[in-house]
Amino acid sequence: MEMLAFFVLAVLAVASALVVLTRRNEVVCALALASNLVSIAGFYFLLGAQFIGFLQIIVYAGAIMVLIVFVVMLLNLGEERYPERGRAQKWLAPILSLIFAVILAAVLWKTEPLGLGEPPPDFGTVAVLGRELFTRFFYPFEVISLLLVAAMIGAVLLAKRRI
Amino acid sequence: MSDFTFLIVSTLVKMGVAVGALMGSVAIMTWVERRLSAVIQFRWGPNRVGPFGLFQPVADGVKFIMKEDIIPASAHKPLFVLAPAVALTTSLTAFSVIPFGPVIELFGKKIPLVVVNMDGGILLAFAATALGVYGIVLGGWSSRNKFSLMGGLRSSAQMVSYELSMGLSIMGVILVSGTLRPFTIVEQQAGWFWNWNAFLGGWQFLGFILFVIAIFAETNRLPFDLPEAEQELVAGYHTEYSSMKFSMFFMAEYAAMTTASAMVVTLFLGGWQIGVPVPFEGWLLWILQIGAFVAKVGFFLFLFVWVRWTLPRFRYDQLMNIGWKGLLPLTLLNVMVTALLVAFGVVGR
Amino acid sequence: MNPNLFLLVSVILFALGVLVVLTRRGAIVILMGVELMLNGANLAFITFARQYGTPEAQIYVFFVMTLAAAEAAVGLAIVLALFRLKETTDVDEISLMKW
Repeated sequence: MEMLAFFVLAVLAVASALVVLTRRNEVVCALALASNLVSIAGFYFLLGAQFIGFLQIIVYAGAIMVLIVFVVMLLNLGEERYPERGRAQKWLAPILSLIFAVILAAVLWKTEPLGLGEPPPDFGTVAVLGRELFTRFFYPFEVISLLLVAAMIGAVLLAKRRI
Repeated sequence: MSDFTFLIVSTLVKMGVAVGALMGSVAIMTWVERRLSAVIQFRWGPNRVGPFGLFQPVADGVKFIMKEDIIPASAHKPLFVLAPAVALTTSLTAFSVIPFGPVIELFGKKIPLVVVNMDGGILLAFAATALGVYGIVLGGWSSRNKFSLMGGLRSSAQMVSYELSMGLSIMGVILVSGTLRPFTIVEQQAGWFWNWNAFLGGWQFLGFILFVIAIFAETNRLPFDLPEAEQELVAGYHTEYSSMKFSMFFMAEYAAMTTASAMVVTLFLGGWQIGVPVPFEGWLLWILQIGAFVAKVGFFLFLFVWVRWTLPRFRYDQLMNIGWKGLLPLTLLNVMVTALLVAFGVVGR
Repeated sequence: MNPNLFLLVSVILFALGVLVVLTRRGAIVILMGVELMLNGANLAFITFARQYGTPEAQIYVFFVMTLAAAEAAVGLAIVLALFRLKETTDVDEISLMKW
C-alpha cells in the first residue's frame, strides 16, 4: 500500500519536473512545478512529517508558486525562443548532469542505511517542532525573521517604478 | 472485518456524506440566495417552478447541462478546462477536516464524525484554500482575454492578502485550545454556550469578528466581490466560461462559502455542541448535535446572503488597504493579547 | 520501505533542477530550476529525519523553505526590474558587461 503511494508520487514528481524542463510555455512550467511541490508534500506525509508537509503546501505551493505565476502572467511573455546557432550546451549539459546524478546516487547508496523504523509517536507534530524552534533554534529563528523583513523591503524597492 | 478495512469503509462513507451535504447546500443556496434577496428587495423572486419556487435549483441544473459549451478559439484549451476542476476540488477538500458530529457508536466501534482526524488538521483547510487561488488565476489567464486576466489577477491578489489575516485570526483559538485538531477544539467547548471560544470560554471576540471579515474576502463575496462584478458587464475571471464549466465555478464559490461558515462554527461557536445541557443520551443526543451544527452553519450562510444584498462593494484599493493596513495589524494585536492572557493563565484549556 | 528509494527520487529531482538551470533561457524558468534543486535537498533532509527520528532535520527544512521564499521574492523583483529595462527575460540578451 505504501509502495503504491510512493510509486504514484514518484512518477508524478519526476514527470512534472520533466515538464518544467521541456515545455516552452512558461505558465505551463510554473503549474508543473506547483504539482511537483504538491507531490513532494505527499512524500513528506508518507514519511510522517505532517507539519512540514502542510507547510510545503501552504508556503511553497500556495504562496511562492502563486508569486511566480503572478510574475509570469504579468510579464506576458510569449513562448521562449530557440537559440540561433547550434550549441554544445544542448548535449553536454544532459551528459554532465547524468554523471553528476550517478555519482551522487552512488555516494548516498553506499551510506549505512538505518532503515525506516518506527518513529517516536510525536514525530512530525507541531508540538515537537514548535518546542525545538523556540528553545534550541531560537537564535536562527529570530535571524530568519530579520532576513524576511530585509527581503520584503528589498523586493518592494527593486520592483518600484520610481523610488 | 478488520480494523483497517473498517477504517477505509467508514472514511469513504463519511466522504460521501460530506460531499453530498456540500453539493446539497450548494443547490439549496441558489434558491435561498434568490428568494432572500427578493425578500430584502421587496419583490417576489422565483416562484414559478414548484411551490415557492423550490424546484428552481433543478431547473438551473437542467439549464446548465443543456447549454452549449463554448471554448474560445484562442484560449489555452488544457488549462481552460482544468481551472474550474481545480477550483471545485480544492473547495470540496477543505471540508474534510470539519467535524460535523460527535463520536458515534456503530457496530461496536467508535467513529468520530470527521473525514480526516489528523494532528495538524486545521492546516489542511488552509492548504486547500491556498491551492484554490490557482483555479481563479488559471481561469483568468487561459481565457486569453484582457478583462479575464486582470479580473483573475485582482481576485487572486485579494485572496492571498486575506489568507494572511484568516490564518492569523485563528491563531488566538489555537493558543487557547493548545491543539490544531478541530475535533479536540470542538470537544473543549462543551457545556453552556458562553463556554464557546468566541465568548467567555476563549475570549476570542476580536478574533471571531476578524475571521468573519476575512472569510467574506476569501470567498469573493460582497462587499469584497470587485473581481467578480468588476466592469459590471464583464464578469472577471469567469467571463469566457459557459454552461457546465461556469456552473463549476459557481458551485466552487458556494462550496467555499459553506466550508468557511463551517470553519467559523467549528473554531469559534462550538461546532456540534448544542450550548445548553440536554438530558438525552445516545442516538437522540447525537442527532440533536448534528442538527445544531447544521443550524449554526445555516445561520452563517444566511448572514452571507444578507450582507451581500445590504452593503455596497469596496473599490479595489480600499479593499487592499483594509486587508493590509486594517485587518493584519488587528490580527497581530489579537495574537499578542491572547498570548499574554494564556501565558498568565487567565484563559486556557 | 527502503529509504534509498526516497534518496534516489531526491537525486533525480536535483539533477533535473541542475539541467533546467543549465539549459533553459528564461530567467524565471531558471529560478524554477533553483526551486527544484532546493526541493530535492529538502526531500533528502526529511528522509534522514525519519531515519534518525529527531526533529532537527525538519527544522532545517523549515528554514530552507523560508529562505527559498525570500530568495524567490527578491529574485523575481530583480527579473521585473530587468524586464522594464530590456523588455525581455532572456538571459542571453542580458549581456551588458560582455565585450
